Amino acid sequence: MDNNDVLSIALNWPRKSFNLDINLVIPAQGVTAIYGASGSGKTSILRCIAGLEKVEGCELRFRDQVWQSGKKFVPTHKRTIGYVFQEASLFSHLTAAGNLGYALKRANPGKAIASLDEVIELLGLESLLDQYPDQLSGGERQRIAIARALLVNPALLLMDEPLASLDHQRKQELLPYLERICRQLSVPIIYISHSLWEVSLLADHIVMLEAGRVIKSEGFLQAINNPDFPIAQQENISSLLQCKVMEHNQKWGLTRFTLKGMAEQKMAVEHSLWLQQCDLAAGQEVRLNILASDVSLSLSHHEDTSISNILPVMIVSMETLQHGLLLLQLQLGDSILRAKLTQRSYDRLGLVIGQNVWAQVKSAALIQ
Amino acid sequence: MEPVLGLALEDWQAIFLTLRLATLVTLILLVIATPVAWWLTTTQSKLKPVIAAIVALPLVLPPTVIGFYLLIAMGPSGPVGELTQSLGIGTLPFTFSGLVIASVIYSFPFVVQPIQNSLEALGKRPLEVAATLRASPLDTFFTVVLPLAKPGFITATILGFAHTVGEFGVILMIGGNIPGETQVISVLIYEHVESLQYAQAHRLSAGMIIFSFIVLLLLYGFNQKQKTIRVIN
Repeated sequence: MDNNDVLSIALNWPRKSFNLDINLVIPAQGVTAIYGASGSGKTSILRCIAGLEKVEGCELRFRDQVWQSGKKFVPTHKRTIGYVFQEASLFSHLTAAGNLGYALKRANPGKAIASLDEVIELLGLESLLDQYPDQLSGGERQRIAIARALLVNPALLLMDEPLASLDHQRKQELLPYLERICRQLSVPIIYISHSLWEVSLLADHIVMLEAGRVIKSEGFLQAINNPDFPIAQQENISSLLQCKVMEHNQKWGLTRFTLKGMAEQKMAVEHSLWLQQCDLAAGQEVRLNILASDVSLSLSHHEDTSISNILPVMIVSMETLQHGLLLLQLQLGDSILRAKLTQRSYDRLGLVIGQNVWAQVKSAALIQ
Repeated sequence: MEPVLGLALEDWQAIFLTLRLATLVTLILLVIATPVAWWLTTTQSKLKPVIAAIVALPLVLPPTVIGFYLLIAMGPSGPVGELTQSLGIGTLPFTFSGLVIASVIYSFPFVVQPIQNSLEALGKRPLEVAATLRASPLDTFFTVVLPLAKPGFITATILGFAHTVGEFGVILMIGGNIPGETQVISVLIYEHVESLQYAQAHRLSAGMIIFSFIVLLLLYGFNQKQKTIRVIN
């Protein structure tokens, strides 16, 4: 990484229940997720980066700018950031348009990452502009808040669990907007979350926190395709595979995907997944999210099954979950495929670690 | 001199003097009380309860106590008096300036507390949001704090003004009863009663009742409206 294209932060801050002690260098591009349980210090880090907390001894640099070092402390309003809080926190005395105007008027000079029209289009705000915050739903308020943070033209966008205060349905509504922002705008984003699903959709880089310490900081695909990835506590255990679109079959209405890195090898067909047809061009890269509950195992390659996606894998680890279930991690090329089995099936098949078996994949979700 | 609206020249003089005093005092108070209220809201200093108690003192002290000590402090041998004399201003008791200073002190808590309450209700978040939107602290004060805490400032203005119009004890102690200089309405009413001019005392007193009622009506009506707006939104 070029030294001028990173954010570095060194911080030692005793908190109530733990000591926040980090020394972190993350890329100043793409989306970096800071991931960890609540109370692991995620928000504290973000507030230090924003300058909302002034912690003595903190060393903070963004690209070629020093934001905090020794006695030097750049106040929040002079840092080139945008910040999305957990609750939308709109100014209640201004309309939605007034809130956007507030940011626009004070925007960071220089080439805008997105124009007002683009932001309104991107977040679907047209019909909300004349309303006061009290007249908007939680999801709508949060969309305005995100737009407001974009319009201040930040060089770095900080998002503190922007979906946390919303119910499940509103989360689902807002996620596509976040995906669009992460894909279409060139601004680097630091995104705080305790939801692996959100991180899977958005992140390029992941920083994992545990009780105030960084336990991992690496590319997200690399992290989740490592058997060490702490996934067993997650609600929806899944795998994330980087794939390439190979071909479309009009007759069946299916598209063939091949694991990245396998496409050019002779095993390509073996390492293929047929999924519902999508409108992506051949050669394009996508991520496939596969729920562990959608993966089953068999000892031989059955042709007499309705499941058409059967992949050769090797068992690398086994972990006990609740309710008599097991989590198996399976090596598939360079990736990790995860499967949920009952203890009964495991015993009946006589599975052992290191064994080569066949994984049957029922369905996968496409993440672009 | 013909009486106007049944009031003599002397009465009108007292009314204008009172309005002048109350307006000036309210303006000064808004300027001084805002930073004090701000400090009380945001500080984590151990001095906070001490300062808060000092600010609230005029609420509980008899006006004569405040008047007495101000008289001594501003008198020829008091610390303030010596200062004003060395500056060539003379002494402040029995002058309009003396009244202004005394009234500012006496009405201080009535202006600080409503502002402080509304600032506390505002919380830290709007300020943080403004900072992340590149608004400087001063910019934030005028574009975020002031509009959001407006009800508190309006209440403070009305209370500060009305309380200054209604004061009597401190004025009598420090200003005496000089027509055109320190003779405000409340003191003049006392004077009328002392000299058994009940008719004139009546007119002024009834006027004060009507004035006070209208002020309070405005205040409560305004607070009521604020609540309705919040519900509609």
